[in-house]
Amino acid sequence: MQAKPLEQEARRVDWKDLMLNRMGALLGLIIIMIGLSLASPRFFTVGNLMNVAQQSAINALVASGMLLAILTAGIDLSVGSILALSICVSGILIVKWGLNSLLGLLLGLGVAAGAGTINGLLLTKLRLPHPFISTLGMQNVARGLALIITQASPISGFPRWIQFFGAGYVGRIPFSFIMVVVTVVTFHIFLTRTTLGRHIYAVGGNIEAARLSGIDVDRVRLWVYTISGFMAGLAGLTLMGRVNAAYPLAGLMYETDAIAAVIIGGGSFMGGVGTIWGTLLGAIIIAVIRNGLNLLGVSPDTQTIIIGLVIIGSVYIDVLRRRRSPASKR
Amino acid sequence: MSAPFLKLENVSKAFPGVQALSNVSLEINKGEIHCLVGENGAGKSTLIKLLTGVHAWDSGTVFFNGQTLHNLTPQKALHELGIVPIYQELNLIPKLDVAENIFLGREILANERLRFINRKEMVRRTKEILARLNQDIDPAALVGTLGIGKQQMVEIAKALAVEATLLILDEPTAPLGQEEAEELFSVMRQLKSEGVTIIFISHKLEEIKEVGDRITVLRDGKKIITTDVEALSIDEIITYMVGRQIEDKYPKIKTQRGELALEVRNLSTPDLLQDISFKAYRGEVLGIAGLVGAGRTELARAIIGADPMLQGEILIDGSRVDIRSPKDALKHGLVLLTEDRKGQGLVLNNSVLFNATLANLKKYLSGILLDLDAQRQDAVRVIKDLSIKTPSLNTLVAQLSGGNQQKVVIGKWLNTKADIFIFDEPTRGIDVGAKTEVYNIINKLVKDGAAVIMISSELPEILGMSDRIIVLSEGRLTGEFTREEATQEKIMAAATGGIHYAS
Repeated sequence: MQAKPLEQEARRVDWKDLMLNRMGALLGLIIIMIGLSLASPRFFTVGNLMNVAQQSAINALVASGMLLAILTAGIDLSVGSILALSICVSGILIVKWGLNSLLGLLLGLGVAAGAGTINGLLLTKLRLPHPFISTLGMQNVARGLALIITQASPISGFPRWIQFFGAGYVGRIPFSFIMVVVTVVTFHIFLTRTTLGRHIYAVGGNIEAARLSGIDVDRVRLWVYTISGFMAGLAGLTLMGRVNAAYPLAGLMYETDAIAAVIIGGGSFMGGVGTIWGTLLGAIIIAVIRNGLNLLGVSPDTQTIIIGLVIIGSVYIDVLRRRRSPASKR
Repeated sequence: MSAPFLKLENVSKAFPGVQALSNVSLEINKGEIHCLVGENGAGKSTLIKLLTGVHAWDSGTVFFNGQTLHNLTPQKALHELGIVPIYQELNLIPKLDVAENIFLGREILANERLRFINRKEMVRRTKEILARLNQDIDPAALVGTLGIGKQQMVEIAKALAVEATLLILDEPTAPLGQEEAEELFSVMRQLKSEGVTIIFISHKLEEIKEVGDRITVLRDGKKIITTDVEALSIDEIITYMVGRQIEDKYPKIKTQRGELALEVRNLSTPDLLQDISFKAYRGEVLGIAGLVGAGRTELARAIIGADPMLQGEILIDGSRVDIRSPKDALKHGLVLLTEDRKGQGLVLNNSVLFNATLANLKKYLSGILLDLDAQRQDAVRVIKDLSIKTPSLNTLVAQLSGGNQQKVVIGKWLNTKADIFIFDEPTRGIDVGAKTEVYNIINKLVKDGAAVIMISSELPEILGMSDRIIVLSEGRLTGEFTREEATQEKIMAAATGGIHYAS
């Protein structure tokens, strides 16, 4: 008899929790969008919104991987460089070596995932103190490798169909955004419905409790960085499609935007807190702000400052919220 | 006779759910070494925290050096009154040298405005103080390179640099060897002759007999006796420490001892445990007694593979097993319910549902996905079985009371195939009602054929719930008793060291 109410209660509170925890970012997005619609007639048009969707895609993909790292109370600073290395490898294989394009792309993705795995191994096998270190190292190594194999120059001349990843449309919807939606749904299921996904939350929430609960925390972290690398590779595919080239300086500073998206979306550096929906919202908010400021003719330099303030502001709101919640009192 | 240096009158202090000190009156004279003894939880730490301004007392009066103390803060206690505590965990910075540590935060300046440090003067003063302590330590040596005994001397020197009038030594000899302890005692005597008053806390009663002038025994937050150390024998001190009436508040049930479940052979760890061997049977509660720092938690962690062992064998159901991680231990049905629930047992920022099912998520897999309904049903079952009071399944465990948090941890393990349970301080920090519930859960476990090992600092709990008891002291096994032969006195004698005997 008691079971029923508890379960119903559970579902109801889940909903409430969902609203509470994501309301902030969602509300912020809505306000920003209303403001921009009023400020610029060009903002709220289907064409422009699709533009925003496309612009947010690369960051959303990178940020999905970053979310996993941050959920485990870690970070992945190497995503931008891994992206560059991944597409440069694909570029060399396809354009210079004449390899089958599909195979070339897959190998590029494999390199990205492999670099992520190495990040994980550095953390779990060499016991480097924090992923900040291992991924900072990888950031430099991967970038350097990308520069060496391309002799520091861009590679172009890909088959046309590769452009579809970055510039293609299905109806009026950018294909890259469809990739994002598929990723987000997949990540949602992964994070909420698989053991590995749940273990990621446990490792980030309390690594010692997770370990004592019989969870192989090293294995979990290894997967996290592997997936993060892979997602960087996937984002690279989109970038490559958009610019129709692979270049070794691609993805510079992408880690910053990705971290910002996760944090704006409610992720916590303390680990164990954050959702893929929040991260998607975070990525969209950043893209909307950039797009809107562009429409308003604000210079890129000023835009950077505004994005910085948004990051600080959104985390501060989160701090305020947590201070009021009873959980933090213990 | 002059007025006492420190005088407490009817001092009480309560924390949520526990009366830590009740109506303690106590006089400590100037220039004496006053020993404070008592079991874990007797109120020694609380008393020190009151005197050093960490906590405020609820009622009562404290006189110190002729004045009545009000609103004591740590800064005031330290800088105005010269009350200096030295804890077992030393408060030194390893990468700074001796002189820098001694004058940390109060550096002697060569130039007030530019705040340059007068290193020469600091070294000179350091030498001076160290000479007083008869210590030959280089002021320029990095503290991290010194042995623990020397580090303690630096800590004492630091206290003297602020002109300590009352030095509180909290188990200073625990990490020391015999020789270092002797050296500490001679320093204590030296300070005493200079008029410094010392409160000395130690579990080693021989030491108290050796160095103490007067002694106060605390038990359950009350003062039992204050007298000259000379006046009491070690056995008498133990009697005062444990001499409470045991009420039968433990719902212990009679069970049939079953098969041997866990056998530990000659287990040693790199830093503490030496050659521990014992057996735990199904249908039986094995109590592990000992004082704080005796190595009980370390033993539990080594057994389940959370920390490495130096040597030793673990046998489960009679066959040797290789346990290198808690995951391996769980595979063999062996689990630890940690003392530190918040730090090691629970993912606080996640839900009851999440925590209760965390250790066995595989159970809910259908294909590659988790069956959330099955998971939810299981969590509901756990909540009902253990009567966990929670508003919902998705309530964060951080919001539950200590007792309910403990039950979530227990529920997590009941949800696995575990059948050898090590409880580390299972009732610490939970209220009386919840305690009884935890005891009933333990009863049910052994009745159903599980083996339970219960580590506890509360002697009545150990005596009330255990079928057999082993005692650790300073990393060694110093006693083993059946339920019938065990008494508080025997256990305390084994726990305070030295006395190696069975029954």
